[in-house]
Amino acid sequence: MSQEIAIIGVGMHPWGKWGRNFVEYGVHAARAALADAGISWREVGFVSGGATIRNGYPGQVAGATFAQALGWQGAEVNTSYAACASGSQALAAARSKILSGACEVALVVGADTTPKGFLAPASGYRPEDPDWVRFYLGITNPTYFALYARRRMDLYGDSEDDFGLVKVKNSQHGLTNPYARYRKAFSLDDVRASAMVADPLRLLNVCATSDGGAALIVCSLDYAKRLGKADAVKVAAVSTVTPTFASAVVEMPDIATDSAAADGIEAIRYRETIPRKAYEEAGIGPEDVSVAEVYDLSSALELDWYEDLGLCARGDAARLIREGATTLGGRLPVNPSGGLACFGEAVPAQAIAQVCELTWQLRGQAGDRQVAGAQVGITANQGLFGHGSSVIVKR
Amino acid sequence: MSEAKDHSQEITPAIEGWYTLDREQPHLVGARCDDCGTYYFPKTVSYCRNPDCDSEQFAETLLSRTGTIWSYTDASYAPPAPFPAQDPFEPFAIAAVELAKEKMIVMGQVATGIGPSQLHIGDPVELILEPHERTEGDLRWVWKWRPCATEAAS
Repeated sequence: MSQEIAIIGVGMHPWGKWGRNFVEYGVHAARAALADAGISWREVGFVSGGATIRNGYPGQVAGATFAQALGWQGAEVNTSYAACASGSQALAAARSKILSGACEVALVVGADTTPKGFLAPASGYRPEDPDWVRFYLGITNPTYFALYARRRMDLYGDSEDDFGLVKVKNSQHGLTNPYARYRKAFSLDDVRASAMVADPLRLLNVCATSDGGAALIVCSLDYAKRLGKADAVKVAAVSTVTPTFASAVVEMPDIATDSAAADGIEAIRYRETIPRKAYEEAGIGPEDVSVAEVYDLSSALELDWYEDLGLCARGDAARLIREGATTLGGRLPVNPSGGLACFGEAVPAQAIAQVCELTWQLRGQAGDRQVAGAQVGITANQGLFGHGSSVIVKR
Repeated sequence: MSEAKDHSQEITPAIEGWYTLDREQPHLVGARCDDCGTYYFPKTVSYCRNPDCDSEQFAETLLSRTGTIWSYTDASYAPPAPFPAQDPFEPFAIAAVELAKEKMIVMGQVATGIGPSQLHIGDPVELILEPHERTEGDLRWVWKWRPCATEAAS
């Protein structure tokens, strides 16, 4: 039995700092995806929403909120919260529903309105909450990205300019993307001149937070065939694995790793286990990938992803960016959308936006940022509290 | 509280129970699983998180007060509340430190006055206490990592 489903519609609301209700962005994206699929809202049997935790009760029941906004029509709903992987978990729920035969067509949608500046925890004196403790100690999100970046420099010989090259590449990629928030070409000098945030990361190495919305219409292969869309892009794998004890890397929001002192326990890097399961599920390997959308929360983190995705050996990622291999026109373009560098993060929409971009790429509809002959795409992201995901799409 | 071996004046912790208040030789206070030997910081006393262990018995244990730098950075800008930022803000370094016996990494600020340019991965560091937050007449102390003096052994 095929484990694949079809993506027949994709849609987004442009990223920005619009300051409007998140529901507006979600509805806009959903309607764009429905129009792209050429089906009516009443066809949708399942609405799978990515939750936002910053927008009160409607955000916590996002699936129902979007269903009501589009007009109640009896569809079943689901809401997923999995930090940065929320969108993928919402997609995984829709896929299960479709593959089990419980529904034929589903809407996957996520949208967010985010506050300015550092993401901060709930207030009060709450030392039992690791997220509170690390902020109390002055350990913000960029701190973690900087620790990883520093290891690249000290262990593999990466330079600050290597991280800068990632920013330069992504800013070039996103220049004409109508959904990107920042459409400005940055030079290496711009990066070098931006303020240090967390040594060795500067302001232009760290992603912002944004408002935005993204949506997918997914369906069974039978349904796609009946619509005359048998050649639609397929979802070949969705990995949402949790970490394996013991953690080898300090991860947000913790201030310590697990201890690997017990017999039979080894320290394991979570990030590299996320795509591994996706590759297994799709029955392909890194050598089959033609384009990737990865979570560049920092430009140095994009280099970590090259290695975690198996696109090169551990420690070799800087060579790829220096050679231009991951730049459009190179042999394996990464973040043709412009990535988080051009979007900023809209948490519950971001993993869905990654799939939207890959769908356009595989259809050959990506315009100026088209990766020639793209056949297989992979996404990767990782967020707080053991959440991460990787989605593989193919022709 | 005022035992003979207590050679420091009494100090107030920023986070109660997470470290000893010995100003000469402070330790982080962790826990160790009675069955599998997994260490915890902050300490846990309810359930072991090793997937092969269902123990609920732990012994409080003092973690190694020296380790080696796994990575480091700094806070160039004042972090948001609840961090008690001083005005004017002084950037401070942050280190993630590997403890060999516990096979774990613990983060913390680096001693005042030491910037990232003075740190390297693999450098030995030791635990110290420094003031963290000043509230109405009350100074609250926190653990920090300080590079070991070159001649200091163990």
